[in-house]
Amino acid sequence: MRIGVLVKQVPATENVRIDEETGTMVREGVEAELNPLDLHAVEEAVRLKDRLGEGTEITVISMGPPQAQKAVRAAIAMGCDRGLLLSDRRFAGSDTLATARTLAAGVQKAGGFDLLLSGERATDGETGQVGPAVGQILGLSVLTFVSAVESAAKGSLVVRRAVEGGHERVEAPLPAMLSVVKEINTPRLCTLGGKIRAKKTEIPVLGADDLPIPPELLGLPGSPTKVVKVSYPQITRSGKKVAAADSLNGAVEEILSVLRGRGIV
Amino acid sequence: MNEEYRGVWTLSEVREGRIHPVSYELLAWGRDLADTLGVPLSAVLLGSGVTEQAPELIVHGADQVYVVDDPNLAHFKADSFSKTLAELVNRHRPEIFIASATSSGRTVMPVLYADLETGLTADCTELGIDTKERLLLQTRPAIGGNVMADIKTPLRRPQMCTVRPRSKKPLPPDRSRTGRIIAEKAVPGSLSSVMKLLEFLPEKNVGAPLQDAEVIVAGGKGMKKGANFALLEELAGLLGGSVGASRTAVDLNWAPYSSQVGLSGKSVTPKLYIACGISGAVQHLAGMSAADTVIAVNTDPEAPIFRVADLAIVGDVLEVIPALIGRLKS
Ligand SMILES: Cc1cc2nc3c(=O)[nH]c(=O)nc-3n(C[C@H](O)[C@H](O)[C@H](O)COP(=O)(O)OP(=O)(O)OC[C@H]3O[C@@H](n4cnc5c(N)ncnc54)[C@H](O)[C@@H]3O)c2cc1C
Ligand SMILES: Nc1ncnc2c1ncn2[C@@H]1O[C@H](COP(=O)(O)O)[C@@H](O)[C@H]1O
Repeated sequence: MRIGVLVKQVPATENVRIDEETGTMVREGVEAELNPLDLHAVEEAVRLKDRLGEGTEITVISMGPPQAQKAVRAAIAMGCDRGLLLSDRRFAGSDTLATARTLAAGVQKAGGFDLLLSGERATDGETGQVGPAVGQILGLSVLTFVSAVESAAKGSLVVRRAVEGGHERVEAPLPAMLSVVKEINTPRLCTLGGKIRAKKTEIPVLGADDLPIPPELLGLPGSPTKVVKVSYPQITRSGKKVAAADSLNGAVEEILSVLRGRGIV
Repeated sequence: MNEEYRGVWTLSEVREGRIHPVSYELLAWGRDLADTLGVPLSAVLLGSGVTEQAPELIVHGADQVYVVDDPNLAHFKADSFSKTLAELVNRHRPEIFIASATSSGRTVMPVLYADLETGLTADCTELGIDTKERLLLQTRPAIGGNVMADIKTPLRRPQMCTVRPRSKKPLPPDRSRTGRIIAEKAVPGSLSSVMKLLEFLPEKNVGAPLQDAEVIVAGGKGMKKGANFALLEELAGLLGGSVGASRTAVDLNWAPYSSQVGLSGKSVTPKLYIACGISGAVQHLAGMSAADTVIAVNTDPEAPIFRVADLAIVGDVLEVIPALIGRLKS
């Protein structure tokens, strides 16, 4: 089985900034890490490989600036076999559609997969749109919010999906695209051996000229959505402070009066 | 070319054969947009045996309802739903198409927009119209609620987005409203799915799913041990609410992941959020600060959760909550 995993490098700090001119995220000079939710996609791929045994190969694919190869290496250190980085200035400013197009072309360049995995969403953009869009562009079965892969055998798979009020068990044919939720597994820590292997692995880089996509469909020009304004909300409420130590009953009365005021009791 | 696209559409959500109330919240947004633009508001309803419920959508603000009623659409599937919607969009060409940011909305819309090659804005909390340019103005939080972005789709149609549940109240039902119910057909190729729903395993949580809950009683590490979550369940039961948790509480196995609120959990928008022994890390605030009212109980007067609280109780949850339960019971 051939497995692909899409991973994104995201700003690690809380202090992300947005370029007011272009409305895009400032990534230069910001410490970055592998999107924490993508760790679960990587982990699931490695577990599937353990389960399916010989002949299963995992490729990690990321689109981003040159330093995003770090995220690819972090995934290799967890047990993926090879990596691919899609990196070109002309990819800059991509919205989720342009990103999905670029990643889909990268997947095809890598030879296609029986199973493609992504995280539920990236902690910076938080859209959760890229995974399913890549799956749709490639004509795969799209399964979102996957919380367990029960079986992945010849030609089909059974997964659980976390939806409102419970879980669905769904059967679908391969090739398939799964976006996985955090509850699917607990990511492993990478071993020293894994880190050394990741360091030694060569990560090919493909640019716009290597992909069969017209330039007007890439990056900022290829993005239907435009960020026109950015603001930084200060969520604060001038809450009334009550010390329960002074009077437990008083504190409870305060809570009750809010409950009554809001029509809850 | 964009002038060919007219009208505002909302995607109705059907769960277990019934129209879910988030559909009416969308109609409230859609009504504002359609009135500003001076165009009709249409609700799209896909399902099996759903035609008889279509009038409810008119009662809640739609001018017309496009219904595809087919046994193949009995359960939500990404492929059959998106193919059917693509057919409808290409036939009738709405300028705006919005859906709820629920698990099915956040599945079908990404598949559909990739097909239509238009823009899709995720999880909006505010919608408006730029009347000068006749464009949908979509506002959404990103990066854990630290940033609000205004987004437009100037050139492609329809302009699509998902909208966070509970970001608007439904319009009061108006039984005197009239509208058209239009039965639509889709080709068999659109209605068929490669997926098979084998079974549904309901959660055994107290109360409504978190995203639907009007009241959430959430616990963090300050609850001290898993067994104390029984107090939160009891309180939630008394208030008709559901139990939520911080990531730390989930990591400690005091609560299931399905109840995690925050950046890597759920975004919730209840009327009331009671935070019990939760410090209020930004990643937690990202998921709950949009609640109408927040009450927080924490021993630390400097806890960041108090910055978003309407009522800050500085005290021990293990004293305050039992006392509150006692008062509610008497
Ligand atoms: C990428 C990323 C994603 C994350 N996603 C999430 C997420 O989705 N959701 C989330 O919640 N967190 C998330 N976190 C974790 C977050 O940063 C915090 O670690 C977590 O929210 C803290 O949980 P807590 O408030 O329960 O615990 P703590 O921070 O340990 O706070 C416990 C609080 O309880 C109070 N307390 C102690 N005893 C009592 C008592 N007897 N009575 C009253 N109060 C008491 C203490 O004063 C303290 O304020 C994420 C972190 C990262 C890096
Ligand atoms: N630039 C990217 N490179 C690789 N994978 C990505 C990229 N952007 C998004 N993804 C994948 O798509 C998922 C959803 O991202 P998003 O739609 O940005 O929230 C992420 O968890 C990744 O698995």
